[in-house]
Amino acid sequence: MTDTRFGIFGGQYIPEVLMGEIKKIEAAYENYKNDEKFNAELNTLLNKYAGRPSLLYFAKNMTEDLGGAKIYLKREDLNHTGSHKINNVLGQALLAKYMGKTRVIAETGAGQHGVATATAAALLGLECEIFMGLEDTVRQSLNVYRMELLGAKVHAVTFGTQTLKDAVNEAMSEWASRSHDTLYVLGSVMGPHPFPAIVRDFQSVISKEARSQILEAEGKLPDAVVACVGGGSNAMGIFYNFINDKNVKLIGCEAAGLGVDTDKHAATVTKGRIGIFHGMKSIFCQDEYGQISPVYSISAGLDYPGIGPEHAYLHETGRADYVPVTDDEAVEAFEYLSRIEGIIPAIESAHAVAYAKKLAPKMKKDEIMIVCLSGRGDKDVAAIAKYRGRIINE
Amino acid sequence: MLPQLQNTEEGLLMNNIISKNSLIGFIMAGDPDLETTKKCIIAMDDAGADMVELGIPFSDPIAESKVIQSANIRALKSGTHLTNIFLMLEQARKSTDIPIICHSYINPIFNYGYEPFFEMCKKVKVTGVVVPDLPYEEKSEIKEYADKYGVHIISFVVPASKERIQKISQNASGFIYFVPSISSTAMMGDSSSEIDKIVEIIKEVKDIPVALGFGINTASQAEYFSKKADGVIIGNAIVKIIEKYSKTSPEYVYNYVKEMKNAIIQI
Repeated sequence: MTDTRFGIFGGQYIPEVLMGEIKKIEAAYENYKNDEKFNAELNTLLNKYAGRPSLLYFAKNMTEDLGGAKIYLKREDLNHTGSHKINNVLGQALLAKYMGKTRVIAETGAGQHGVATATAAALLGLECEIFMGLEDTVRQSLNVYRMELLGAKVHAVTFGTQTLKDAVNEAMSEWASRSHDTLYVLGSVMGPHPFPAIVRDFQSVISKEARSQILEAEGKLPDAVVACVGGGSNAMGIFYNFINDKNVKLIGCEAAGLGVDTDKHAATVTKGRIGIFHGMKSIFCQDEYGQISPVYSISAGLDYPGIGPEHAYLHETGRADYVPVTDDEAVEAFEYLSRIEGIIPAIESAHAVAYAKKLAPKMKKDEIMIVCLSGRGDKDVAAIAKYRGRIINE
Repeated sequence: MLPQLQNTEEGLLMNNIISKNSLIGFIMAGDPDLETTKKCIIAMDDAGADMVELGIPFSDPIAESKVIQSANIRALKSGTHLTNIFLMLEQARKSTDIPIICHSYINPIFNYGYEPFFEMCKKVKVTGVVVPDLPYEEKSEIKEYADKYGVHIISFVVPASKERIQKISQNASGFIYFVPSISSTAMMGDSSSEIDKIVEIIKEVKDIPVALGFGINTASQAEYFSKKADGVIIGNAIVKIIEKYSKTSPEYVYNYVKEMKNAIIQI
């Protein structure tokens, strides 16, 4: 049996009905992760289909404007489907095929993971069903149609808060009732073991590339690596290959919504505490009785009440820092990066850009910062316009 | 400390907390309020139920039917949590000795604190806990405290457990909570059912009672399935009565449970 934990965090807190299937995935993944054929096929998909490696772009204008550290952007927004999500879904969809599954299901908040999963399913000839909170299907109707175009069935979840958390609940229930032909493609470094490890491994390509790209460009490692954190998959991806480089500061930016002093936020590390939910022991936003709190962020992709167990471990051991970034700061960064670099970031990624803006001026000019630009912002344009009081037709 | 009696006759009896023809009734604590819950527990005892499975409400009950999910929401809306549930149980214990087990997701228990939780269980005579998101592999999370206060951790078995059934049964205590895969309605009259096979596998490994829980709601179903195991768990049907009659539900619960129990003992 493999170790299912990161320190005290992680584990497999799921209903008995799913345990047999989880054990099968654990065994299959242990087998294929070092399998030459599997990896060759995955690399071909990443390089010839998804457009990897992604650029490590030196943000010259931003660097000069902020007057501190040299800022590099890891351009996951340039991947096919417009975010880092494709790295993981290609891996998991391929795993599904190798396991003999004919169908994949997934949860989605903003729709990015749903679109990526529907894309991989279309490419690999798998049936696909996506679970999405009813409220999110309304907020992100364009992505719903996109998934349908790709051949997926979108299932609107009407229970509870009708957002990402409930989509995960419903996808788990569906999987419990039908696992013989179906793989649940989890979208982040969360859930029961082995998902946090699988998703992290598939996303670690981000830091594998970034590490060699920065060494080639600058001849040295960065001083800071900054990424946004919901469940934490892009952050885990860009942190992973720097964890042993003790001088590289790792910083995760979580959604503070209207502010951490209000009850409208999704700042899990800042405001949450240890609990057990969605298959893992980790840190969660919850009330005094252990009921999971409704959370809020302008970013549907960060609108989740927990954080992956490996992040909880990095936080507990002090290896990574987690900082809150508000809606206002994120929107301002969204507009800033658009104007100064001609890059419209996803509102999720804009949380990382916002913190980079604060941090860079405090760093020396010969220091280096890498910001993970996890996705592109086309999907957010209408929402940001609305935030600024302008209504535009999508 | 729970005495280690497993190897004696007496130990077997003490380890098995239900006997033949048992009826276990599930209700959600605080649905629609704790006063009604207390009355329903007493009503079930009066009606001849052998055990109450008391649901502890949770915000995200991922492994429940829609009927039970909705009961969770109603209970949370009425302000129910472990602290006031234990107070209610202390009151209920003045009127009833019916065995009670708690059905709770792990987070409310973790949050309350394992030791205080099991200490309270012992105090209000909760004999077992059913934790849907705590599989065999994670039992060590609470085992130390459950053992210390003599509370059974009831294990689930499902058809998908397959080769896990032996391992789970071997280490089980109290009874086995068996959830078949096909609905009770569809399974009626199917003589070569998966139920018989799995009950047989469990009994080969260990002499432990098995209770069936999968949407049994009519008297004829209760009669039929109680022959196939040691007990039947009736949840959705009772929760639906409470949903319909709310604060006036105790008498309806009484009538229903009595009818079901009569069907079971007239074998």
